[in-house]
Amino acid sequence: MAGPRVALFVTCLVDLLRPSVGFASVKLLAEAGCDVDVPEAQTCCGQPNWNAGDRAGAAEMARRVIETFEPYDHVVLPSGSCAATIVKDYPAMFAPEDPWRARAEALAERTHEITSFLADVMGVAPARRALRASVTYHDSCSGLRSLGIAEQPRRLLAAIGGLELREMQDADVCCGFGGTFCVKYPEVSGAMAADKTECIAATGADLVLAGDLGCLMNMAGKARREGRAFKARHVVEVLAGTTHVPPIGDSK
Amino acid sequence: MSAGATSAEFRANSRAALADANLQAALRGSRGGFVQKRAKARAALPEFDALRDEATALKNHTLAHLDHYLEAFEAQVVASGGQVHWAETAADARAAVLEICDRVGARTVTKGKSMISEECGINEALTAANITPVETDLGEYIIQLRGETPSHIIAPAVHVTVPEIETAFRAAHAGLDPARDLSRPEAMLKEARAVLREAYFAADVGITGANMLVAETGQTVIVTNEGNGDLTQSLPRVHIVIASIEKVVPTLEDAATLLRVLARSATGQEMSVYTTFSRGPRRAEDLDGPDEFHVILLDNGRSALLGTEFEDMLRCIRCGACMNHCPVYQAVGGHAYGWVYPGPIGAVLTPALTGVEQGGALANASTFCGRCEAVCPVRIPLPRMMRSWREKEFEKRLTPRGMRRGLGLWLWLSRRPKAWRFATRTAARVLHRMGRGSGALKRLPFGADWTATRDFPAPEGRTFMEQWKAMKR
Ligand code: SF4
Repeated sequence: MAGPRVALFVTCLVDLLRPSVGFASVKLLAEAGCDVDVPEAQTCCGQPNWNAGDRAGAAEMARRVIETFEPYDHVVLPSGSCAATIVKDYPAMFAPEDPWRARAEALAERTHEITSFLADVMGVAPARRALRASVTYHDSCSGLRSLGIAEQPRRLLAAIGGLELREMQDADVCCGFGGTFCVKYPEVSGAMAADKTECIAATGADLVLAGDLGCLMNMAGKARREGRAFKARHVVEVLAGTTHVPPIGDSK
Repeated sequence: MSAGATSAEFRANSRAALADANLQAALRGSRGGFVQKRAKARAALPEFDALRDEATALKNHTLAHLDHYLEAFEAQVVASGGQVHWAETAADARAAVLEICDRVGARTVTKGKSMISEECGINEALTAANITPVETDLGEYIIQLRGETPSHIIAPAVHVTVPEIETAFRAAHAGLDPARDLSRPEAMLKEARAVLREAYFAADVGITGANMLVAETGQTVIVTNEGNGDLTQSLPRVHIVIASIEKVVPTLEDAATLLRVLARSATGQEMSVYTTFSRGPRRAEDLDGPDEFHVILLDNGRSALLGTEFEDMLRCIRCGACMNHCPVYQAVGGHAYGWVYPGPIGAVLTPALTGVEQGGALANASTFCGRCEAVCPVRIPLPRMMRSWREKEFEKRLTPRGMRRGLGLWLWLSRRPKAWRFATRTAARVLHRMGRGSGALKRLPFGADWTATRDFPAPEGRTFMEQWKAMKR
C-alpha cells in the first residue's frame, strides 16, 4: 500500500540558507513510508508580514499557500514556527463567513512540524542510526508553546545510538531571534542570544540542536562570534544521519 | 498621565539599560527566582490550571456586565458610609485626591503600593500642592528616596542593588549615626520601619490601591507582604482607595478565586502575608479605622477597550508573572519600557492608554515567544494583542518605511515563484561567496544590525529548490 502523499514545505530560510535540512527532511519522510513531493510554487508562509501587522499581505500569501498545498494528505515543515503560522494563524486571517476560512482550517488540520509528524502521525520507529556525540536541545518558542512540541524530538533522538542528550538550563527560553525582532531591537536580541549560548556551553555538549533554522542561525552566529566550542545543527540532520555536512555557520 | 513617557524610544532605552552595570547586576540577581517559585506553587496545586480557567471566566463575565457591578459596588460603598468618586481621566483622579486632602488640611499622606497612583501621577500632584507623600511599601520607599518610578508592578525596586539601597538610606536618614552597620538587608529593613513609623502617625490621609473591589459587599481588597497597607489605611483619619474600574468582582467567593491564583502567579506564595478587606469608615463599635472612606474609580481609557480586540487585557490582575517570564523584560528591566507598566502587559496597555504612536514601539519589543501568555493566570493572549497593535501601526503607516518596503517586496516576490527563485538563487550564491569558505560572515550588507552582535552563518551555496529540480530531472 502506498504511503500518504506528503508535501514538504521547505520554508524560505531552509531553501536559501541550509538546503541540507530540506534533504534530511525528504529522507526521513521517505523512510517513514511517505510519498514525498516538494511543490514548486512554494515561497514563504507569510509569517513576516503577519507578525509585522500586514494582515492583508499575510492573508494573500496564505491563500497562495493553501492553493498550493491543498491537494496533499499532509503538509510537513522542518520548522515549528512556520508550521504554527499555518496551523494557528491562517484560520485567524479570515472572517468566519469567508470561504477561505474553511480551507485554511482544513489545511491547518493536515499541517505538521516534522518531528511531531514523524513521532505522532506516522508513529514509525526511526531508522537505526548512531552518532557519537553529546547534544543539547533548544525548544524553539512557537513549536513548543503553539504546537506542544517538546517530547517528540527528544523521543526520536533517544533512538540514535551513542547520542547523549544533556538538557540545558532554560531550554524553553527564547534565544532572541524572533523574526524581525532581531533587527528591530538587535541589542536586546544579542543579549538574549548571549544568555542562550551561555546555557548551551554550560552543558559541555558538542552540539546544540533545534527545530527552527531562524533560532539556529541566531545561536550559531552568536556562538561563533563568541568563539564557543559547540556547533549547531537542525535536529533532522542528526535524525537523518546527514552530519557529514559542516555544522551551521561552519566550513568543516 | 503619559507626559514624560519615553516608550517610543524603547531602542535607545534598552541600549542604555544593557550598558548599565548596576541594573544588569540587579536583574541577574533576581532572575529566575520568581519563575522557580511560581513553578513550585503550580506543581503543589493540581487544580491550578483549572483555577486559571475559572478566574478567566469570572473576569470575562464581570467585564460583560461591568456597569452593573460597578453600580452595585458604589451602592454598597455608600450604604457603608463611604463615598465613590468617578474619575474619567487621570486628571480627574488627581483633582479628587487633592480636593479631599485640601478639605481635611492634609500635610502628610502615607501611601500603600498602587500602580494606579503611578498612572495618575498622584505623588507629583501632592508634592506640587505642598503635601508630602510617603511611600510605605519598602520597595516603593526605596525608589521614592532615589527619585525613581517602579520598574516592576509588584517588585518596584527590583532594579536596585543592595549597596545602592544603603547609599540611598545614608543620604536620606542623615540624622542617624553615620557609623551604623547597614550591610545586611535586615538592618535596612529595621531602619526603614523606624522611619516609616513616624510617618504613619503624622499622616492625615492614607492612600492605597486595590487588588479587587467586591461588588456584593462594597469592600476593597489589598494584598501585601509587609503589612504596610494596613497601617496606611487604618491610622490616618481619611482613607482613599484609588483603583481602576476593571478591578471589580461580583462576590467574595470570586475574590477568593482570584486570590488563589494571584499570589501563586506573582511570588509563588499560596497567599500573600496580609490580605486586607476594607469596608466603609469606622463605625461606632469599631476599635479603629478612618473617619472617612473614599474610593476613586479610574477609567482613563479602559471602558473604550470594552468590545474591542483589546478587551481581554482588562482581565489583568497585575500579578507580574508575564514580566517575570519575559526574556526581553529580564534583559533590560522595567524602566526601558518608558511608562508606568513594563513587560508584556505594558506592551499592550501602553499603546492603549497613551496611544499607539507612543506605545507601539513596546508592542514590537517581543519575539512572540509566548511565555507570558503561557503563565498568565487569566490567560490574556498578550502576543496576539501585541500583534493587533502592530496591525494598527501598519494601518496608520507608523511602521518604519524600510520595514514597510521590505514587507511589500517580500509579498511581491512571494507571488512570483520564478522571480523568487531567481532572487534566492542569487542571494545564496553571493552570500556563500562572501563567507569565503569560512562558513560565516562577519559583516552582512544591509544587515549590520544582525552582525553587530553575532556572525551570519553563510548559505550552503545552492538553494534547495534548484538542487531538488536538478535531481528530479
Ligand atoms: S497580564 Fe497576566 S501575567 Fe501579566 S500581570 Fe496581568 S494577570 Fe499577571
